[in-house]
Formats: sequence, structure tokens, C-alpha cells
Amino acid sequence: MKDKLKIAIVDYGVGNLYSLIRAFEFFGVKTIVTEDEKELKGADAIILPGVGSFEAGMRGLEIRGLIETIKKMAKSGKPILGICLGAQLMLSEGHEFGLFKGLDIIKGKVVHFPILDNNEKIPHVGWNTIFPKKENDWDNSILRTFDKEDRLYFVHSYILEPESKENVFALTEYGGQTFCSVIKKENIYGCQFHPEKSGEVGLKLIKNFINLIKNGKN
Amino acid sequence: MKNIRIIPRLDIKGPNVVKPVQTEALRVVGNPQKMVQQYYKDGADELIYLDIVASLYRRNIDFNLLKSVTKNIFIPITVGGGIRSTHDINNVLRSGADKIAINTYAVKHPEFLSEIVREFGSQCIVLYVEAKKQPDGNYEVYTDGGRERSGLEVINWIKKAIDLGVGEILLTSVDQDGTRRGFDIELLKKISAFSPIPIIAHGGAGKPESLREAIMNAKIDALSISSIFHYNEYSIKKIKKYLNENKINIRTL
Repeated sequence: MKDKLKIAIVDYGVGNLYSLIRAFEFFGVKTIVTEDEKELKGADAIILPGVGSFEAGMRGLEIRGLIETIKKMAKSGKPILGICLGAQLMLSEGHEFGLFKGLDIIKGKVVHFPILDNNEKIPHVGWNTIFPKKENDWDNSILRTFDKEDRLYFVHSYILEPESKENVFALTEYGGQTFCSVIKKENIYGCQFHPEKSGEVGLKLIKNFINLIKNGKN
Repeated sequence: MKNIRIIPRLDIKGPNVVKPVQTEALRVVGNPQKMVQQYYKDGADELIYLDIVASLYRRNIDFNLLKSVTKNIFIPITVGGGIRSTHDINNVLRSGADKIAINTYAVKHPEFLSEIVREFGSQCIVLYVEAKKQPDGNYEVYTDGGRERSGLEVINWIKKAIDLGVGEILLTSVDQDGTRRGFDIELLKKISAFSPIPIIAHGGAGKPESLREAIMNAKIDALSISSIFHYNEYSIKKIKKYLNENKINIRTL
């Protein structure tokens, strides 16, 4: 590593921030938790965490004046990782408790699960697998270390629906429904599951993301 | 078949893990940091961490203790005890929790549930129910760690809370808790018959067969277990191996 990585975790009022800080510290990487526009602009990468409703999340970003900053960073090609609600906010609109505008970094919407086979429970809570679409190439991505048996932790009632198939980077099956579990656009990733809460398997993804930032810096 | 979660539960009093028997008669079991590390290593799918006196004494959870416990644990943690405001929830989420469990305050102020669901999302809010069977065969909701009667009937209360948007139910049988006599299948069946949201069963886990019964017969989504793990009667690995051999969809490491 040439110089110190600056990874900013966006603090917008919602989120299980401590878990995320610890996941990066596990690999010896310090993060900055911030709601400051300047700090975000100076970061090598940002993390959009998320435990909360779509509305609360967007409101949190708006009152801190961070919407435009994050959109600009997304255009700059810097790595961004959105987790759960953080991933959902990257799309154009959310349908939780009404219709709300998202960050629109990737075109698409966030909708409630449809009625599932055998009346499977919603929220979808538990450990599930992810798999690539035929045309997905995981080799040069943060998912390259994933095995089809690897399980990740999901807890959500709403799902990601990108407009273009190009942005669908991984799929998951639940209650007879196949839904998008990872969205991607260049160095921007959004995952529906919680890598910081998925044991060793999830930590691998964090590590791969750190490497992506490092490679971008070299 | 859906994935069934095995969730060790820690009841916290002061700096210790304690184990209530039928939610009273507390015994000190051990050090939460050490126990949690072990459970994480052994393949626990989640953890439940309940400060069992916070609500009774109108105190907050010890956030520093919680942070020290969750520090190197990379699985989901549900935290409960004495939660009375969105501020409390934010503090808990900033100390390593991913979900919160709420009982006493919600029973007294049901409208609080819709408020926090709207803020944190359904997936973050676990309704904690302490159910005790009454002489007439119905189950009543208890609060303050199984000490106080609420006058609410369990089925009605759970239906109402689901309408208010909670995302999961942690259903404890006060009668079975700490007894290792098996789960209260009747209670679990009553709730799983109508619940569209996941149910975590607690109270009575004993022999591995009793866990299988709760999953197969009462159709619950997760098991919360304390005594048999705390006292090393069975390891998480052993339990998971047994369930796996019985064709139950379990995450193994």
C-alpha cells in the first residue's frame, strides 16, 4: 500500500455503524465515520450502510446535504459499497411507506416482495446463497472468492429491481422468487445482504472491496 | 425448505450472563465476551442479547459492555432491554446491534411500534413476547422479565403488533424457560398458524429431538437457546449436525 486509504462510512442517521467499522478494522483498515461533505469528497471510497426505511434513509441524506456529493462521487469512478438500505438508496425510487426518490446512481426501483410460494415469510430473514447470471463475470469483481455454497445474511422485505439487466450482478432465490441480491455499475456495488454480518464469508467480501480500493489507488 | 436459524440467547444482568429459570431464580453463568466468542466460532447464526433488568429499573443498556461483547462478532445481534425511544435504538445500533427486541414499553405504548418501524424499517424491530399459560388455557403476555402481568392475550397482542409492522417475533414460554423440558408446542403452533412474519421460539430447549419437534411440528423459523449451550450440555456444532442429518436446512460452517 503506497499511502493510507481513506474510507468513509456515511453517517446519515441510520445504520449499524459499529459492526461495519469493526469489519474493516478486522483487516487493519481504519475508517472515518462522517456526515461531512468535505471528508466524503476527500475519501478514496465510501460505504453507504443502512438499517432503516427508504424514506428515513433519503431524509437522513437530504438534511445533511449529501445527496449531490454522493452522486458526484459515483460519477467520479471511486469505489462505493452500499449495504442493504444503502444499496436500495442507490436506485431511482423506493416504494416503502409511499413513493420516494432515491439517489438514482443506478436506474431502477425498490419494491416489496411479491406474495411468495407456500406463503413464505416476509421479511426474508436468514442465511442464503448468491449466484451469478449466465453472463456475469465475477472473476474481476469483489465476488470473485464466492462459492455457490457460501451463505450470507439477509434481512429485508423490499428488493432491488434495476431497470437494466446489466446492473444485476448476483441473484438469490427465496420463496420461489429469484431476486437481485447485488447491483453493480463499474466500481459501484450494492448488496442486499449484510457482508459485515455474514461471518467469514462476508468478511471476504469486505477484504475484496479493500483490495479494489487499493488497486484503484496504485 | 427454508433456512432455520440457531440463536444463542444471553440474558444479561450487570456484567454477567445469567440464566433465569422460568424467568426468575437467576444464576450467574459466565462472562459475556468469552461466551459470545465461543458461540461465534461454533457457528451461531445470530445472537440475542437481553438486559433483563433494564426495563424493571427504567435503566438503559450498558452500551460499553455491549460494544465490548460485539467487538469481534460478525453475525447479527438482536439487543433488548429497557428500550423506550428512537434515541435508545440509535444508541444500541451504534454499539453493535443490528435489530432490537422490545416488550414492556411496546405493551404500554403500542403506537411506539409504528413509529419505530417507520424509522428503522420492519426488519429491525423484533417483538419480544413473554407468554404464560393461564388456568383457562389461554396465554397471557407478561412484561418486565416475566414479572408483571399485562392483561393482554398473546394471540391478540401478536396480531396487533404485526399490523403495526414489527418484522419478527421472539416468543418465550415463561413456563418452559430454563426447564429443558422441550418447547411449548401448543403455544408455538397457535402463533405459527397465522403469523406472516418469522417466529423465533424460546424456552425449553433440551434434547436435540425437542428442537427438531419445534421446527417440524410447530413450523417456527428460528430457535433461541440458552441453558443447554451455556452449560455445555450440547455444542452448537453438535445440534446443527443433528438437525442437518434430519434434513433440516441449517447453515453449517
